[in-house]
Amino acid sequence: MTDTAWIDAALTSARPQAVGALLRYFRDLDTAEEAFQNACLRALKNWPQNGPPRDPAAWLIMVGRNVAIDEVRRHRRQEPLPEDEAISDLDDAEDALAERLDGSHYRDDILRLLFICCHPGLPATQQIALALRIVSGLTVKQIARAFLVSEPAMEQRVTRAKARVAEAGVPFETPGAIERSERLFAVAAMIYLIFNEGYSASGDTAEVRGTLCEEAIRLARLLLRLFQGEPEIMGLTALLLLQHARAAARFDADGAAVLLDDQDRSKWNQKLIAEGLALIDKAMRHRRGGPYQIQAAIAALHARAEKPEETDWAQIDLLYGALEVMQPSPVVTLNRAVAVSKVRGPQAALEMIEPIEKRLSNYFHFFGVRGAFLMQLGRNDEARSAFDRAIALANTSAEAAHIRMHLDRLKRDSEPRGTKAGQ
Amino acid sequence: MLYAILCYHDEDTVGSWTSEQDAAVMTKLRAVQDKLAKQGRLGPVARLLPTTAATTLRKQDPPLVLDGPFAETKEQLLGFYVVDCKNLDEALDIARDLGAANPGGAYEIRPVGLFEPGNLST
Repeated sequence: MTDTAWIDAALTSARPQAVGALLRYFRDLDTAEEAFQNACLRALKNWPQNGPPRDPAAWLIMVGRNVAIDEVRRHRRQEPLPEDEAISDLDDAEDALAERLDGSHYRDDILRLLFICCHPGLPATQQIALALRIVSGLTVKQIARAFLVSEPAMEQRVTRAKARVAEAGVPFETPGAIERSERLFAVAAMIYLIFNEGYSASGDTAEVRGTLCEEAIRLARLLLRLFQGEPEIMGLTALLLLQHARAAARFDADGAAVLLDDQDRSKWNQKLIAEGLALIDKAMRHRRGGPYQIQAAIAALHARAEKPEETDWAQIDLLYGALEVMQPSPVVTLNRAVAVSKVRGPQAALEMIEPIEKRLSNYFHFFGVRGAFLMQLGRNDEARSAFDRAIALANTSAEAAHIRMHLDRLKRDSEPRGTKAGQ
Repeated sequence: MLYAILCYHDEDTVGSWTSEQDAAVMTKLRAVQDKLAKQGRLGPVARLLPTTAATTLRKQDPPLVLDGPFAETKEQLLGFYVVDCKNLDEALDIARDLGAANPGGAYEIRPVGLFEPGNLST
C-alpha cells in the first residue's frame, strides 16, 4: 500500500465538505470542482513531504480558494486596467474565510451539494450519475463501468445533468427548517436510488456494481452524521447496511440469484448487520415510524434469523401491512404476500395478489411469486404459464436463470412418474 | 500498572478506506497484538461501531437521552464499561442505574463491533 492510497482516502472523505464549501464561495459548480481539483494536486505534492494536515477538508478549502483567487488575479493583470479595489476585496474575503471554517456552515454545504443532484427535472439515472461524480468524486470512467455504459455516453449524461443544474440555479440561501427537511428527504431518496442501482445488478456484474452500494452507504452515513437525531435517516442507513450485508451470499458461482431462504447465512457480513441493528434500535426509540425504518425493521428480522425457518414471518407480515398504509404500492402488497404465504399458506397469498395483477402485468417478480404460490398448491400447469411470463419479463440473466430452475423442478416432478403435471 | 490506550482517528477517512486497506491495517495491528498476547500482557481489545450508532445519556435529573456521540469538550474521559445487552434500551437502563449512583457528566453508549477479551493474568 502506497502513501498515495492513504492520501486518496483522505481526499475522498474530505470531498463533500470541501466541494460544498467551495460551491458556496464561487456559486458555480465547475469553478468549485476545478478549485477542489487544483487543491488535490497540491495535496498530492505537499502532504507526502509535510504530512497530512490535521483538518484535510479545511486545508483543501483554503488552498482551493487561494488557487482560484490567484487565477482571477492573473486574469485581471492581463487586462489593461487592473482593478486594485477588486483585489483588496478578495483579500478581505480570505480573512473572513478563516473564521468561517469552524464548520458552522458545513452541514448545509454538504446537504446543498447533494440536493442540487436531486433536481426534479433530472431523470433518476442522471441524478445518480451527477451525485457520484460531484459528491463522491468517482471518475466518469468508474461511473460508466458501474452503469455498464460506454465512457462517452456517461460523459454526455453527466455534462447534460450539470448544464440542467446550472440552468436551474443553485439555491444558496441558508434553508429554513421545513426546506431543510424537504431537502433531506429528497437526498435520502436519491441515496436509496444509488443503492438500488447497485443492488439490482445481476450476478455477473454484481462486483462492479457493488461500488454503488458501498458509495450509497458512505453517503447515508455522512447524512446521518449531519442529522444525528433523524430516525428516518437512521432507518435508511440501517436498511442499506442490512441489505448489503447479504451481498456475498446473493449469487452462486454461476452468477444465478440465490433466494433469501437458500442463502448461505454464514456468508452474511456480521459487522454490517451489527451496525444496522444498532441503528434500528436507535430509530425505534423515537416512535416516529417511516418507510425506511419499516423496511429496515423487515431486513433486521431476516438478519436476526440464523436459519430461514427461524424467520419471524408473522412480524414481517405486520410490518408490510404498516408499510402498505404508509406508502401504498402493489409491489409492497406483493412482498407482503410472500410473508402471508409463510404464515397463512399459499392460497391466502394467492388471493391477496389477485387484485394487483393488472397493475403488475409487466413486472417480472409478480409472475415469479405467483408461479411459486401456484407450484406450492400443486397447480403446476398454471405455475408453468406464470413462470413463462416471468422469463419473458426478466430484466437480467440471473432473474431468468432463477425462474428456469423452478421450471426444471416442475419438469422433474412430473417426468419420473410419466404423468402430466397438475393432476 | 495497567494502561488503557484509546484510539482516535478521523472517522470519515477511516470510513473511506477500501476493504483491502482496512484489512491491511487490521493485519498489521494484529501482529502487534499477537506479540503482547503471547507475553500475557494484552487486555480487552475493542473496535467500536461508527459514532452514528452512538447514543449519549446526559446524567442530569431526569437523565436526557441524545442521539449521537458525546460532543462536549468540557468533560474528560474518565473510564468505561463493557456490558452485554440485548438492545440499546437495556444498555440505556444500565447507564441510568450507573448515572443514579454517580450523577453529573454523561455516558456515551456505543455498540462494539469487534471485541476480544484478551488474556491478562492479573
